[in-house]
Amino acid sequence: MTNPQPILRLDRITKRFGGMTAIDDLSFTVRRGSRTALIGPNGAGKTTVFNLVTGAVPVDAGQIFVDGRDLTQMPSRKRVRHGLARSFQNVRLMPHLTAIENVMVGQHCHNGGLFGVLQPVNLWPGNRWRAAARAALCESGLEQYAAATVKNLPYGVQKRLEVVRAMMAQPRLLLLDEPAAGLNSAETEALQVLLGRICSSSDVTLLVVEHDMHFVGALCDAVVVLDFGRKIAEGSPAEVRADPRVQEIYLGTTIAEPVERCHVARSA
Amino acid sequence: MSGYLEGILVLLAVNVVFAYGAFLPVAAGQLNLGLAGFAAIGAYASAYLSNTYAIDPILAILLGGIAAGAVALIVAVPVLRTRGIYLALATFAVGQIVQAALLNLEVVGGAAGYPVTAFIRLPTIAAFAAGVVVLVALLFATRFGIAVTAVHDDERVADLMGLNTRAFQVAAFTLGSVIAGIGGGLYAHHFSFIEAQYFNIGLSITIVLYVLLGGTQTVLGPLLGAAVFTLLPELLRGSANWRYVHFAAAVIILMALRPQGLLTAAQIRRLLGLDRAALSRERAA
Repeated sequence: MTNPQPILRLDRITKRFGGMTAIDDLSFTVRRGSRTALIGPNGAGKTTVFNLVTGAVPVDAGQIFVDGRDLTQMPSRKRVRHGLARSFQNVRLMPHLTAIENVMVGQHCHNGGLFGVLQPVNLWPGNRWRAAARAALCESGLEQYAAATVKNLPYGVQKRLEVVRAMMAQPRLLLLDEPAAGLNSAETEALQVLLGRICSSSDVTLLVVEHDMHFVGALCDAVVVLDFGRKIAEGSPAEVRADPRVQEIYLGTTIAEPVERCHVARSA
Repeated sequence: MSGYLEGILVLLAVNVVFAYGAFLPVAAGQLNLGLAGFAAIGAYASAYLSNTYAIDPILAILLGGIAAGAVALIVAVPVLRTRGIYLALATFAVGQIVQAALLNLEVVGGAAGYPVTAFIRLPTIAAFAAGVVVLVALLFATRFGIAVTAVHDDERVADLMGLNTRAFQVAAFTLGSVIAGIGGGLYAHHFSFIEAQYFNIGLSITIVLYVLLGGTQTVLGPLLGAAVFTLLPELLRGSANWRYVHFAAAVIILMALRPQGLLTAAQIRRLLGLDRAALSRERAA
């Protein structure tokens, strides 16, 4: 019944920036329908993984499979059509567009032909695509901001708008880069509600970079831990929390010699 | 109507057309400083067609616009590879090349200029200007308008959302050049004489100023900018030799006080109460 193929498979990915190896022979899979967290200390390569998967930067070695399809060489623009969408660590909405127009940018991959581009989506409110964007805003409790210019909106609203925009592309794999960063507790809760609704109403798989471990614990059912571009642990949140190497990174316990590790590793 | 007033209104209409030619690439995040070159192509091509083949000037003007667009499409491929200040320089160079080529093209008079036999009056030119404003406004009510603004605001994200950013940039550049070419044709067929020297970098910069000062975020910005900055020098005419100094001072003061231009999209929504009106309309729908 369920498709056993993983929604995302990284196969021995390497990425170097100059002399610095950001991602080092990294392999992991994301189970279809899971809500997987990608965690690790600053500089571990989490955002780089997102940039490689979406094609914003090319890989140096290895292969990327989304839904069984090799996207390694595909231009970034075409990947959204293969079920890939993302949000950004720092909100990247279009500041000169209204909220609803931003959401309509997410529809582009389904309505981007010459006929679609010349459709007068902004001329009357009953337009099919505009109605769909409005419905998505309503479902997310954001309809009162539809006509507002986004740069004037609260940060938490912008973060949720970015998720709504990404979901308009109807992705099968949604990459969220620190969705809760910079949010207060009320905003974080609103975001959790939104993501919970998205997960229950569609079969999208989430891959989430996040530092807030409470957020990860509440949302995710699988965790991959990166450090220096390598995978050091994976499993359920409880398993990962119990893993001594993870504890060492996050809490600095003295299983190895942390000071020495710091010196050797950071200079490597 | 006095000849003077008609002359001013014709210039106003032509400048409005030019301003929309600059607005399209600016809306997509590009500065086209070669616009006078594309206006010159439209002017010379349409004048040549109506002089040589005696075709209707309106048809000749439209064909002149298409000629300017065709040249723009060809140069867009290499020129739009550059960014920022280099793009401005590359488009500037294109404008200079066109001007230099026309100066040496004897079939259209070369440096002596080129008389135009056919003549059109203010109503025709005003109708063309109104048509350009309406068409560009309609174009920006389509997904094209959203896409172009998205490319302007964040090219990387637009790309990840599946937008062919380069295609939109080339389209905006080419369409803008078609409009500039039409403006050139209108100018040629009213003033009955064109010379390559008129289509210089000063014209390009003035046109871009209309857009930057009028506001780049809304389709009404170029209209306002072209109107204010065509009429302002005329109103300052009383101060004779000092009027250009006053004009330049007005430009600098405006840039200091309203760097975003006279009109912004958010301001229009606020002024018209559209923020709330749109909301209640959307709720009702």
